Amino acid sequence: MREMIVNELTQAMQGISRGFAHILPRIIVLVIIGFVGWVVAYVLKLSLRSILRLVKFDKLSENAGASQLLSKAGLPSATEVLSQFTFGVAWLGFILLGVSVLGVFGLQEQIARFFLFVPRLFVALFLLFVGLLGASFFSRAALLAAVNANLPSPRLLGRAIRSIIIVFALSMVCEVLGVAEETMLVAFGIVFGAVMLGLAIAFGIGGQGLAQQFLENRFGRGKDDEGKRDELSPL
Amino acid sequence: MKNARAADDSILTDEFLRQLINVGEVDILVGLPTHNNAKTIGPIVATIQAGLLAFFPRDRAAIINADGGSQDGTTELVLNAAIDDVRRGSKISALRTLHVISTQYAASPTRGTALRSILAAGELLRAKTSVVISPESTQVETDWLTKLVRPIYAGEFDLVLPTYSRHRFDGILLTNLLYPMTRALYGLRIREPYALDFAFSGTLGSQFLAQNAWQDETARAGSETYFTLNAIASRARICQSFLGTREHIERRSADLIPALRQTVGALFSSLGPHMALWNASTASQPIPTTGPEREFTLEPLRVNRKRLREMFSTGVAELESVFQAILSPSTLEELRRIARLEETEFRYPAELWVKTIYEFAVAYHKTVISRDHILQALAPLFRGRAFTFLAENRNGSADGVEDNIEALCLEFERGKPYLLELWNGTQ
Repeated sequence: MREMIVNELTQAMQGISRGFAHILPRIIVLVIIGFVGWVVAYVLKLSLRSILRLVKFDKLSENAGASQLLSKAGLPSATEVLSQFTFGVAWLGFILLGVSVLGVFGLQEQIARFFLFVPRLFVALFLLFVGLLGASFFSRAALLAAVNANLPSPRLLGRAIRSIIIVFALSMVCEVLGVAEETMLVAFGIVFGAVMLGLAIAFGIGGQGLAQQFLENRFGRGKDDEGKRDELSPL
Repeated sequence: MKNARAADDSILTDEFLRQLINVGEVDILVGLPTHNNAKTIGPIVATIQAGLLAFFPRDRAAIINADGGSQDGTTELVLNAAIDDVRRGSKISALRTLHVISTQYAASPTRGTALRSILAAGELLRAKTSVVISPESTQVETDWLTKLVRPIYAGEFDLVLPTYSRHRFDGILLTNLLYPMTRALYGLRIREPYALDFAFSGTLGSQFLAQNAWQDETARAGSETYFTLNAIASRARICQSFLGTREHIERRSADLIPALRQTVGALFSSLGPHMALWNASTASQPIPTTGPEREFTLEPLRVNRKRLREMFSTGVAELESVFQAILSPSTLEELRRIARLEETEFRYPAELWVKTIYEFAVAYHKTVISRDHILQALAPLFRGRAFTFLAENRNGSADGVEDNIEALCLEFERGKPYLLELWNGTQ
């Protein structure tokens, strides 16, 4: 009896030792990969930061309105956020590569999915940035054109254009990430349709006065202004 | 060899080149950059022909029409303007053939491309002097040609710019921004830096043609201003010639933004490449001028001043987010303050105007936002300044208007250290 127990314990201990001997080199490999990954990710972060500073990415981001969003969220500059993010993703990628070496059942499939997801994440981020940049540029262009054409409510027009472009960009981002694709598509359709319908109703019914004023400004003049020139030749 | 280079790189079509080769060489080339100018072009061509017959009967001359895709028969009018009609009315006959060539350089007009075509033609024809006449002028006189060409023919100057007799409120962008700022920065009192009627030597034309600025959108839009500024930078010998009354087709209010691009855009973008020049320049000097530097006519003119002020106030209120990127907080605060003033009290002081312009110039140089947006944002502020200029000179004499412009010029000169501080980033 005693001999049997000792035998079983010895076998169990040997099993644990074998398992430990089996896993230990893999853990060491994981640590090494993690360390190498940290170094590579850090170098990548420094390189990316230098490149972004060289191309004045912060200025671009400021123009896009992304810097203001980051500032409101208490985050550092766009260059810093993007380099830290790249560092994080790169290091996580290496760690997951190391984890896959452990040979844990079921984990490898998840890791493969993560690696397939990373490019889509970057594409989504790129789309979001371009969307914000486009929204900022076109809303400012509309605002300036409206002010110089003496149209009513220029800021409203600028904001409407900004919102539509941002919603459009977000729906594209969600589609790329595969997150709530149908919901976003429906939401975009509803928002876009609502804005257009709202504008049509506002201009047709609610804004009769504004429409009249706009048309008068555009094509005619009041009695007081008869014989007066709107502006002089600038050149 | 020189001709071959021009032909190689040029934008000239084969047909245009063939016509130019048939002409040979000329002494005087008259360039007409047109686009839908059927209303004015006929009399202008007739006047040019009469001017050439009267003042240059022994010289070889060609009229080159660079057209930007006119749909109203402008080119046909140019080509059909027969010199025989002019000869019949004149007792003088030309000893040489006067060639008239029309080419369409593009389907849509671009001032820079039109000027480039004329310059390339001038180089190919080895023109001693080239003259550009604006097709928008409704009153071109026969003696304009001799006034513009003679100083270059005499070998005394490379560029002859015009001065005109204008209404005191005509060309407010020139009198309130372009002239004073060019004068303050480059030290030359050039009254019309954006010249539409001007003449230049073959050497200066070739020099301008050879530069790489043609790919730049701003340079193409404001090629006339660029031409003047480049002549200043290359130390060309510049003079002015008084041409008389400048009558031109009425411009619409919508033309302000293109006008800003053609003039202020070109001036602002020249600051970077010519920094060493304007940094070294101190006080301004007059340049040789034939006739008066400027004449003002004073007939009454009803202008919708209320609209100008309203558009200024609306602009300041609505474009605050844009101005925050361009202007300093103190300038923006001051603009907000004057925007709240009643019409009777409203004034956009010269000092504040100069500060605003210099801050805009630096923002443009640093591209804080899209450069075109910076120019568009200037439009409502310019309207505020135009309102003030109208108010200050409503009952003024010609001398009073001139004094007002002179005071603004001096303000621009005084403000130059502020521009340098901003430029060098110490403010």
